[in-house]
Order: sequence, then structure tokens, then C-alpha cells
Amino acid sequence: MAGTVLKTEAVPVRSDADVVMVRQRVRAWVNEMQFSLVDQTKIVTAASELARNTLEHGKGGKLDISMLQNGYRKGIQLVFSDDGPGIPDVRLALTDGYTTGSGMGLGLSGSKRLMNEFYIQTEVNRGTTVSCIRWK
Amino acid sequence: MDRIPILRMGPFLLVTIQVDMHDKLALTLQDDLTSRISDVGARGVLIDISSLEIVDSFIGRTLANIASMSRVLDAETVVVGMQPAVAITLVELGMSLPGIRTALNVELGMEYLRQNTIVEGSGDGWDGSED
Amino acid sequence: MSQLLEAIRSNRDAVLNEWLKNMREGISRRDLIDDAEVSEQATRMLDAIIAVTDESRIANLAGSEWQPIKEMLADLSVSRAVQGFTPSETALFVLSLKPVLFQLIRERWGNKAGELFAEITIADNFIDRLALHTTDSYIAGRDQVIGRQQEEMLELSTPVVTLWDGIVALPLIGTLDSARTQVVMESLLQAIVRTNSRFAIIDITGVPTVDTLVAQHLLKTITAAKLMGAECILSGIRPQIAQTIVHLGINLEEVVTKAKLADAFRLALERSNRRVTRTNSATPAAAPAQER
Repeated sequence: MAGTVLKTEAVPVRSDADVVMVRQRVRAWVNEMQFSLVDQTKIVTAASELARNTLEHGKGGKLDISMLQNGYRKGIQLVFSDDGPGIPDVRLALTDGYTTGSGMGLGLSGSKRLMNEFYIQTEVNRGTTVSCIRWK
Repeated sequence: MDRIPILRMGPFLLVTIQVDMHDKLALTLQDDLTSRISDVGARGVLIDISSLEIVDSFIGRTLANIASMSRVLDAETVVVGMQPAVAITLVELGMSLPGIRTALNVELGMEYLRQNTIVEGSGDGWDGSED
Repeated sequence: MSQLLEAIRSNRDAVLNEWLKNMREGISRRDLIDDAEVSEQATRMLDAIIAVTDESRIANLAGSEWQPIKEMLADLSVSRAVQGFTPSETALFVLSLKPVLFQLIRERWGNKAGELFAEITIADNFIDRLALHTTDSYIAGRDQVIGRQQEEMLELSTPVVTLWDGIVALPLIGTLDSARTQVVMESLLQAIVRTNSRFAIIDITGVPTVDTLVAQHLLKTITAAKLMGAECILSGIRPQIAQTIVHLGINLEEVVTKAKLADAFRLALERSNRRVTRTNSATPAAAPAQER
């Protein structure tokens, strides 16, 4: 369940430097939302993994950060979207160690473990949207 | 293009990563460090990451690569000062960096290197010399 | 189309006075809250209700225009919960508005049976749902209090002790659930950094059972400590737990385990190039009574 969106921000993911920017923006958000240090680190790390995926596999795209309210819980939602080639086999892509790029194949599976909710929508040749939430 | 400085301390090299590294900077460090190891014949490398707020799989892999490459060049790499939150996240991410030596801080890392690397003809020119 | 909101708006002062009167009769907790505060809350609440101008919205409390009112009610319930009100006392705040609205509706539409019934139903529904929201928020407020107390208890139950320069120990006592294990492990890793300790002993003598999840957390912590440059030694594994660990197929092969805390301590001392020796018994008669 997503809950009410309190505020949002869009960050482009087009270059190497943008990945660093993604980390800094997400850090600013989770810091403001007063997540614990460990949770902050997990969220920023997941954002970094997913941003690199968007850049490498999706040929660039954007990140939408939102603050959610669901009852008394606050959460941060990260939505990475691109118009790239898409993922032909999502299950395979979520397997530890599976890689097509330069990483260790932990991008998707690893960031899934770092967040509470994780959804992938993808269509071959149309693009991919990865949406994930961490609740406080 | 910016670079991460590499300090030479006798037979060892010390790198302190203080910036939020983008991927190219990490790769540049990998190149610089390996050529420096072979240039000076370093026996050990200390990488201080105590100021790093996150280590994602790319940086993790770069660290692992540096460790393997320096081992081939006969130098041992010690990664020092990883923050608890960073360590917990790395484990959760699925990276336990099995091939990497670690130490709590530069001092303990240096102590480890002194005890575990054989510095040939120790005493002649190595001790304390800076470049 | 309902006219209820308009009716309230044009009779604001009368409605407010009646409401406050009702509340004074219904709630006798002046020991916990004073009239001025209640009156101020009621006024804010009523003004927020009549600020909604679209009459059709009254049927749908999920709409965004009710958000400020729900938030206001939620804040109020949470503070009532903390102050020590019961759930029914808290719900009475909203519920005592109901007879006032019924009276208002009867005055307005008393001679038109159809409208009278329609408006009564709408008002009834509206107040009931606000009251339910109040109760939900009240419970959520209680949950927050409980959650905070749990956190405080968790912190109290994780004493990381320094055994020697560079050696810390974490004696775990009681059942470990995964939330507690997580907190415990975080404080251990922080203590490692704070005390600059190369060795950390996790003693689970006081832990009756270990399930897969807890074992995984233990393993993750040991791996995280290794990444930071510290070595963990697990001690005090009871026979039943040893059996469970094997049955569950948990791999502890990479973990150094010792039967007793003392053995683990001795190992940590040895690895840091120290040794415990018995002193020569011929030393001057050290007063044993004092030493005990």
C-alpha cells in the first residue's frame, strides 16, 4: 500500500555525476525524515545501485523521490524510470550474481534487500520502472 | 579531472578517500594505485575509508579489484575504518568482500602490514623516507 | 443535496456553545485537561469543518479536504492517550457533537420528513466516522508510546562491556527476536569503533533458543565486524542451540566458537599477544579475606 504522497522531487539520471547527485539528494531527504543512520545508509546505497542500473542498462532516465504517509508511518519512495531496452527476464535479473553490465550482479537483488517494498515494471524496448519504499 | 592523492610512507602506500566518489574516479584510483605500487615496489597499501558514508557494489568491487591486483604485484591491501552502518549495509547487499584484509583504523592497519610483510633489507633506506 | 455544512456554518456560535455544554456534561476529567483547552480545540475543529464548502464531500471522509480535520483529530487523540484518557473519553469529544447536529437538523427540517431523515443519516455517518478515526488514532498513539518504551528497553538490554583494552563482550540474555538482535548488533558494532576493539565476544549463554532469522543476524553481524576489521568470537552455545543450528543447516564454520566466555576471552588475549599466568604462590601473604 502506498499511502498519501506528502512531497516529491525529480532528479535526472543521465551521467556519472548524476549518480553522485542522486546519493546526495536521497541522503538529504532521509536525513530530514530522521531515519536511523543504518537505515539512511541502506536507502542511499540502494539509490546508488538503482541509479547506476538506470544509467547503464536503461541508457539514462530519472528518479522521483516522494515522502509517503500511510497512517502513522512515514516512508520514502524511490521511483527510477527509463525508456531503455527493458528487462527480458525479471526473475533472472533479480538473481544474486546475475550481471550483464560491469557490476557484481547485486544491483537489483541487493537493493531489494535494502528496501521494504520493491516493484519492477518493465517492457522490452519500452523501458523499466523500479519503484521501492522504505518505511520508518 | 580530479584524483585521489596517494601518499607514500616507506614501503607502504596510504590512500584516504574523503570524497563521494563517482565511478570514474574510483577507476582512476585503481589505475593510479596499481601503477604506483609497481613504480615504487610497495609492499602494502592502506585504504582509509572512514569518511565514506556509503560503499555500494561498484565501490566494493573496486576495492576488491585493487586488493587482487596489488596481491599480484606482491603488495597486501588493508581497507581500514569502515563505518558500522556501511558494513551492515554491505553485508545486507550481499557483499562480504572475502578477499580483503580489514583493520579498525590506519594505526592498526599499519601495525598489521609491518608485522606481515617482509620488507627486504629493512633499515636501509625504507624507514621513514617520504617521496 | 445535503445542506448540513451550510446549516452548521450559519449557526456556528450556537452549535459550538451546545457542543461545549454537552462535553462538559459528558466528560468529567477536569483533572487531566482544562475547559479553556477543550474549548480551543472544539473551536478549531468546528471552524475546520465549516471551512469545507462543498456539501457533497461530507459523504466521503477519504477526500483530501478532510485531511486537516483528520490530522487535528489524530493529534488530539494522541495527546489524550498520553495524558491518560480512556478511548471512550477520547471519542466523546467528537460524539458529543452528534446530539447538537441532530437538534439543529430537527429545527431546520423538522416538518419535512424526507429531508429530516436524509440529513440525520448523513450527520450520523459523518460523526461516527470521525469518532472511529479518533479511536484508531488513539490506539496508534498508544502503540507509539509502547514502541518507544520497547526501544528504550532494547537499549537497556544491550550492555556492551569492555573486558580488556581492545576486547569487548556482549552478554546476551533472554529471547532474541529479530528486532532486538538488530539493535543489539548495531550497538556492538558501534562499541567496537568507540573502544577501538579488535575482538568482540558475543556470549549467548543466557539465550534459550535461536531461530534461523536470529542466527542469520548473528552471522551478518560477525561478517560486518570483519569488514570493519574486528573479529567476533561466539561463546556459550547451549547444547540445544547447537542441535538447532545443525538441524537448521546454518553454517557457522567460518565463525570462531568457544564453549565458555572465559575460553573466548583467553583466545582474544592470545590473539592480541597477551597471556594470563598464575603468579608465584610464594608472594607475600596477600590478605585473602580482603581479596574475596
